[in-house]
Amino acid sequence: MDNREVLVDIKNLRTFFYTEDGVVPAVDGIDLTIHQGEVVGLVGESGCGKSVTALSIMRLIPNPPGKIIGGQIFFHGEDLLKKNEEEIRLIRGDKISMIFQEPMTSLNPVYTIGDQISEAITLHQKIHATEAKKRTIEMLHLVGIPEPEQRFSQYPHEMSGGMRQRVMIAMALSSNPELLISDEATTALDVTIQAQILDLMRGLQKKLGMAILIITHNLAVVAEMADTINIAYAGKIVESASAREVFKSPRHPYTYGLLKSIPKFTEKRTNEPLPAIEGMVPSPYHMPKGCRFNPRCPFATEKCREEEPEILELTPGHLVRCFHPIEP
Amino acid sequence: MATRLVEVQKLKKWFPIKGGVFSTTVASVRAVDEVSFFIDQGETLSLVGESGSGKTTTGRTMLKLLQPTSGKIIYKGKDISKLTPNQMRPLRRNMQIMFQDPYGSLNPRMPVGDIIREPLDVHSIGTRKERQQAVATMMETVGLRPEYERRYPHEFSGGQRQRIGVARAIIINPELLVLDEPISALDVSIQSQIINLLQELQQRLNLTYLFIAHDLAVVRHMSDRVAVMYLGKIVETADNDELFDHPFHPYTQALLSAVPVPDPDVKRERIILQGDVPSPINPPSGCHFRTRCPYAMPICKEQEPAMIEVAPGHTVACHLLTRK
Amino acid sequence: MSPFETEVQLAGSGPESYFSMVIRRLLKHKLAVISLGILISILIFCFVVPLFFKYEPTYSDFSYLYGSPNSRYLFGTDNLGHDTFTRLMYGGRISLIVGFSAAILPIIFGIIVGAFAGYYGGVLDNILMRITDAFLSVPSFPIYMALAKVMGQGVINIILVFSFLGWMVDARLVRGMFLSLKENEYAEAAKAIGVSNLRIMFRHLLPNAMAPILVSVTLTVGGAILSEAGLSFLGLGVPSSTPTWGNMLTNAQQDIFIAPRLVIWPGIMIFITVLSFNFLGDGLRDAMDPRLKL
Repeated sequence: MDNREVLVDIKNLRTFFYTEDGVVPAVDGIDLTIHQGEVVGLVGESGCGKSVTALSIMRLIPNPPGKIIGGQIFFHGEDLLKKNEEEIRLIRGDKISMIFQEPMTSLNPVYTIGDQISEAITLHQKIHATEAKKRTIEMLHLVGIPEPEQRFSQYPHEMSGGMRQRVMIAMALSSNPELLISDEATTALDVTIQAQILDLMRGLQKKLGMAILIITHNLAVVAEMADTINIAYAGKIVESASAREVFKSPRHPYTYGLLKSIPKFTEKRTNEPLPAIEGMVPSPYHMPKGCRFNPRCPFATEKCREEEPEILELTPGHLVRCFHPIEP
Repeated sequence: MATRLVEVQKLKKWFPIKGGVFSTTVASVRAVDEVSFFIDQGETLSLVGESGSGKTTTGRTMLKLLQPTSGKIIYKGKDISKLTPNQMRPLRRNMQIMFQDPYGSLNPRMPVGDIIREPLDVHSIGTRKERQQAVATMMETVGLRPEYERRYPHEFSGGQRQRIGVARAIIINPELLVLDEPISALDVSIQSQIINLLQELQQRLNLTYLFIAHDLAVVRHMSDRVAVMYLGKIVETADNDELFDHPFHPYTQALLSAVPVPDPDVKRERIILQGDVPSPINPPSGCHFRTRCPYAMPICKEQEPAMIEVAPGHTVACHLLTRK
Repeated sequence: MSPFETEVQLAGSGPESYFSMVIRRLLKHKLAVISLGILISILIFCFVVPLFFKYEPTYSDFSYLYGSPNSRYLFGTDNLGHDTFTRLMYGGRISLIVGFSAAILPIIFGIIVGAFAGYYGGVLDNILMRITDAFLSVPSFPIYMALAKVMGQGVINIILVFSFLGWMVDARLVRGMFLSLKENEYAEAAKAIGVSNLRIMFRHLLPNAMAPILVSVTLTVGGAILSEAGLSFLGLGVPSSTPTWGNMLTNAQQDIFIAPRLVIWPGIMIFITVLSFNFLGDGLRDAMDPRLKL
């Protein structure tokens, strides 16, 4: 994996939101590396900063109230945060594309889907309209939309949720991006449709070779898709390792607790309570002192309540932000 | 033999679509289309299915929050399907519901203590003081501080709000509780807390649950029996392990195989269904699943499959059974 | 491990009743507080100060017509030698009473009609809304004139006329609110625990509809004061011998170049009162929504 070239390298990214009620450190020192052609998972609960990270890469943070206040996002070795609005616009939707949870709101209801994909194509490629239409139909075919010629002139509301997500993927991939960011793209879909879309994304990744950053709260989805997994909690990455490592020997108490607490589909029913993580996700306005997980951590010590742990490489490729990592 | 608490027979709920100049009924959404099942005292029956399968409508119609189009709802031996809202009111003590949306299901203008107390007020249970005491006890039972009684819902997190929803539902000691996707709006680490709470309460208070869900891992953890719905029909019902280990209906098989598993080493054989769920306004003739079924036969188009018992307590509606 | 799910402090400042919460939040709203202060001052000015004041509103000093302000007549006198200051106070009484009554009565009626129409829907909704439409399509001004002729001029009559012709907008507003509010899950939750329809309507839904209703009430108070002034101006409202702010404006119109202050004082009173009601309405709307951060 590591012999592939680094595509995206995020270093100490900090994106804060300045609201009337105080400062929200949505992303507070996130490091993340994505190699070419790699599928990376970024997993966490609401408020962990996973979506804000994606929007920071795209430079789509609404300002105000949001602001990227520190760090670097290297894309092919160039810092995206140093680029001006015009330069970033050329990269956004071309080299880096994104798909969202809600395909309905991401598509404009008054244009046909064909028009919308063609527009995305001509925006970044200097080609003729008929050429663009041909390419659009190719893309629709690629994402498994039956009868793409007829579908070209349909409106978003005439399609089901799964079909709309396929359209979004077609649009995102029409420019042959090097990185596709998928922000909870299958969350709103039914299980059988989710399986279709995940299957499609896997197939397209193999075929086109782009890197994918999968942002989700669903551990099972990343288990199926990702090569590398990053677990985020309260604005920081707490654990980063290969998918196998994360699921087989989680070292951070949060990852460990989370994996233990989710009911297993493959296991027979017991009447035992689930080993739940106590407490709740901290309020972004009142982040706990020291390690942010300490109020909910069964292993927390005085040190955890006072000092913030650094992220350390415990074994090659396995990074953990904890003073008392769980022994494998 | 367990006592039967509720039995639903051929329950139908069609929503008329009005149109035209005289707002006549031009079509119907067949949300629930002749569904039959039963729930025994103290058990958990899960109703699983994808969006549009009619599982939520089934739960609400069973509680008579929606008036059934036809069919019977037999609660403790008595058919309640024809009762008027006024006749239903005293029965509401026995059957309660917990909602999916922790934000929409609590009145934002009422302090949580009032929300939890309201069932007691409505059914005139106890004196004012006793009700107040009951609210405090109930809040402790579900893991909320009684001091928070005068707070408003928006001050609580999603998980805490679902606890408020549970407290409101069980304060009048119901027998039957419909759980309508009670955890799907919650964060992963909060879900298991609520699951544990629901299971603990069930054991302590001998509650009977109709658990409506789409997360099959949670269903496996929670249920005694499972019924699978597709486009307004129940296609398969079985005991928990039986259903997960020996699914028979092609839809159940596809549904189970589609569930992603949090283990990168498990590479499962996946049945990827083609296409989308058809519209419940105009469902396919015969078997509703035939348009996506990998085994569809000519008869599936002509005839609706009957429910057949393939093993004790395991019923399936599929023509593959009769062909063999 | 604590038996409670959370030890984390909740937002907000502690247990309190809804009423005290609204007051506390209202006090954070600067414009509303200022407006409330002004309105209270105006109320005291109109209802309390006259008790300690020397002149009756009908007292005329014929030796001092169009008199400039001096130590005896703080705001001067009008064409009949009435003390303007005294008449502003007594006139305010009538104007405010008309304003409040003409806002409260129609909103009560409008809430009842709108709540039933919106909550029950169907045939009832159709009947109630067609009646509302019928009332709305009646041109109000000729009706005012006709009723004023038939019933005669007077304070009670003008309140009744305003109420009779003013409830429709409120009814439609409330109906619209109820149509969307009844779809909320908490309404269904209430139904599920056996709450009666009336209680759902008035205990669960109405408080959630109060914000726009209150704004409407405050706007109507202002509007009714203006309408009263308008009708009196045309000689159809309160008899011109009774002082109201509107009548004072009317009587002063021919003297606008001789003594502009006679127009300015009642004008300012109307302006400030109406504006204050509007600001207070805004403040109340925000204060009554506990979800809104102030």
